[in-house]
Amino acid sequence: MSEDQKKKFTSDEEYQKATRRDFMKKLGIIGGAAVAGSAALVAGMKFEDKKGKDGYIRAVNDDNELITVPKSEIKYLKPDFTELQRRGREGLKGRKWVMVINLAKCRNARKCVEACQSAHHLRPYEYHINTLKMQDGKETAPYYMPKPCQHCDNPPCTAVCPVNATFKRQDGIVLIDNERCIGCRFCIAACPYSARMFHWEQPKNHEEYMHHEEEYEELMHHGKINEAAELKAKIDYDIELNVPQKKGTISKCLFSADRLREGKMPYCVSACPNGVFYFGDENEDAVTNGTTKETVRLSKLLRDNAGYRLLPELGTQPRVYYLPPKNRLFDFPEESILPEDGHHS
Amino acid sequence: MSASVDHFSPDKNKLNKIAEDILKPVGFSKSFMLWMGFLTMVFLICGYAYGIQLEKGLIVTGMRDFVSWGMYIANFVFFVAVSLVGMLISAVLGLIGYKWIKPIARIAEIVAVGFAMVAGLVIVVDMGRPDRVHHVFLYGRVQSPILWDVTVITTYMTISILLYFLPLIPDLAIAKGRMNNAPKWLVNLYEILSLKWNHSSKQFKILMKSMRILLILVVPTAFGIHTVTSWLFAATSRSGWDSTIFGPYFLTGAFVAGTAAVVILMFFYRNSFKLEKYLTDDHFDKMGKLLVLTALVYLYFNINEYLVPALKMKRVDALHLHALFAGHHAFLFWATQLGGLIIPMILMMFKPFRKPGVLTFLAVCVLIGAWFKRYIIVIPTMEHPNLPIQGVPEAFMVYSPTVIEVAVTLMTFVMSLMIITILSKVFPIIPIWEMAEEASHEGDAEASKTESLPAE
Repeated sequence: MSEDQKKKFTSDEEYQKATRRDFMKKLGIIGGAAVAGSAALVAGMKFEDKKGKDGYIRAVNDDNELITVPKSEIKYLKPDFTELQRRGREGLKGRKWVMVINLAKCRNARKCVEACQSAHHLRPYEYHINTLKMQDGKETAPYYMPKPCQHCDNPPCTAVCPVNATFKRQDGIVLIDNERCIGCRFCIAACPYSARMFHWEQPKNHEEYMHHEEEYEELMHHGKINEAAELKAKIDYDIELNVPQKKGTISKCLFSADRLREGKMPYCVSACPNGVFYFGDENEDAVTNGTTKETVRLSKLLRDNAGYRLLPELGTQPRVYYLPPKNRLFDFPEESILPEDGHHS
Repeated sequence: MSASVDHFSPDKNKLNKIAEDILKPVGFSKSFMLWMGFLTMVFLICGYAYGIQLEKGLIVTGMRDFVSWGMYIANFVFFVAVSLVGMLISAVLGLIGYKWIKPIARIAEIVAVGFAMVAGLVIVVDMGRPDRVHHVFLYGRVQSPILWDVTVITTYMTISILLYFLPLIPDLAIAKGRMNNAPKWLVNLYEILSLKWNHSSKQFKILMKSMRILLILVVPTAFGIHTVTSWLFAATSRSGWDSTIFGPYFLTGAFVAGTAAVVILMFFYRNSFKLEKYLTDDHFDKMGKLLVLTALVYLYFNINEYLVPALKMKRVDALHLHALFAGHHAFLFWATQLGGLIIPMILMMFKPFRKPGVLTFLAVCVLIGAWFKRYIIVIPTMEHPNLPIQGVPEAFMVYSPTVIEVAVTLMTFVMSLMIITILSKVFPIIPIWEMAEEASHEGDAEASKTESLPAE
């Protein structure tokens, strides 16, 4: 560490810490000492925690300088409710998200369903995505079909919403704002894909949400602003995750808009063990398989495999494409899944 | 409300007699108190059921993700439908110039006011977040049929209240001097609401003009209210709702339900208020004919609505029609079509079945049938979405209403009945001045032609 750098630190204490960090960096470079390194890291962090409680906190400013600030002066810049709403309604610029579901690969593992339900705090029978057993006719082969929201480009649901609670973003995602939804369920009636669900009762994690709010009140009461701010992130409604869920409002598949913002794949796509899902950006003409991480041309994938969309005759223009269940790589029960009268439901 | 009246000079004796007859049942009698007490009790019990729904959410109803609209929405359609009769009788028949509707017009307006006022509440009962009703005004999207519905229902309600109140003003002026036994507050109320009416020809001119404007305005409004209500369904692509004739189909059905409701009320007033002289057999006969006419038109739309998809049997249409014609909903479907429409209609074509008692019985069948018909329109369609219903509890597949749902629905009826009861006991139910006009004119005619009044 140079003298220049040394001057920037306000106290010996700070200098000590900086050198320790420097040391740890070097330690990290010496790959062989990984165990010792992590032990030191843990010890160091504990030490820093203790320091922090003295009323000062260290941070890096915009000029990349390490500074200390009195804790009482700290304002966390985590996106608050207003910001979450603003960016959630705006969407990600320049993107056109698209999903491709390869029916030949789906063996009804339902990992997509589980991952989705856990991320969005849903009960086992509350679906943003569901895998359906399908058979188009007595003589045709049955197959499994994962069915998320189709994120239509001409969405019937947003057209009927009286309060603009459900809306289409510039990146193609159809979201639902459960802070605005009045629970009229017109969108459920309008959706031809049965993609929407309603919170008929308190949502699954209601107790937890209540607990967080109580805890928050308590922390604020005792003036523990930082801890409270930490908790606030859990309480604040994130429109891109639709959590906390709310009684008397609609919920639906969001294409995991929160994950896309972080540059990650949707929950269902990453969870699939069978390589069923491709996800990507239509503007880039590229989709990536959630299991194999292989990236392919969207247009070529759809062309080569005769990709299609559900109920195209309705003109809804879904953003979810399906690849037909040909050459399935697994056994499907031989017997027809259709009931005697030849109908599904 | 004939537009020809520009001065009020009835035969004094006849006016006195008519005013006496019509004002006799006005006021809070013992039976009124008992009836209102009963309604209040039922209201409180049902209100408690709604309290449970508020607390626990719509989980207490039979609705789930697939059948997400149930009895409440069917009930909403019914309320809007029944309220339309005000427009049919006062405006359509009134503007054509039929005089026999005069003693019935106010009853029709009471039905319109009673049902239109509660219709808005019926829809709130169905909302998951009734605490956010104001969002409709804060964030309202004019593209949504719900916004059109809110607008047009409030407009229709306002016009109906005016159509009820305006022809009441001269009556209040007539009544206030004759209410010797009435409580002081009622006389004061009449004094205030009669708006210094003194039967001058200038006042009549204004009244006639405003009535005429309102009667013309209420026609498109009433068409709008029920057409828009039908679009809540027709705007979706679901089998059973995806229909281009839903507007007229709902509208004509509404006239059937409303006419039946008016017949039932007429029968009640005639007997309980001793108004046989004003609500005569002839009136029932004519209302019976009107009911036949509306039922015929409605039947025509029914045939179109069910036969045309049945000829094609598209995949989901076939599922839907099968459930109606021979499946899960067959009993209710045929009961509403036969017992609630076709059989009463055929019977009413014969004069003996248009006698007050029999006609009222048939009207009750028609009205009950009309309620269940809305149920048949709303629920079966939701049970047959395009994609299969899988991986959900049994309750999600088939809808069956719960006790709480029935109680809350009952609550909305009680509210309507309360409004109707109060209006018919606080104010005269038959337009006194119009009857007096009529009687005087006919008295003149009698003098020259010696022809008996139909009212006697």
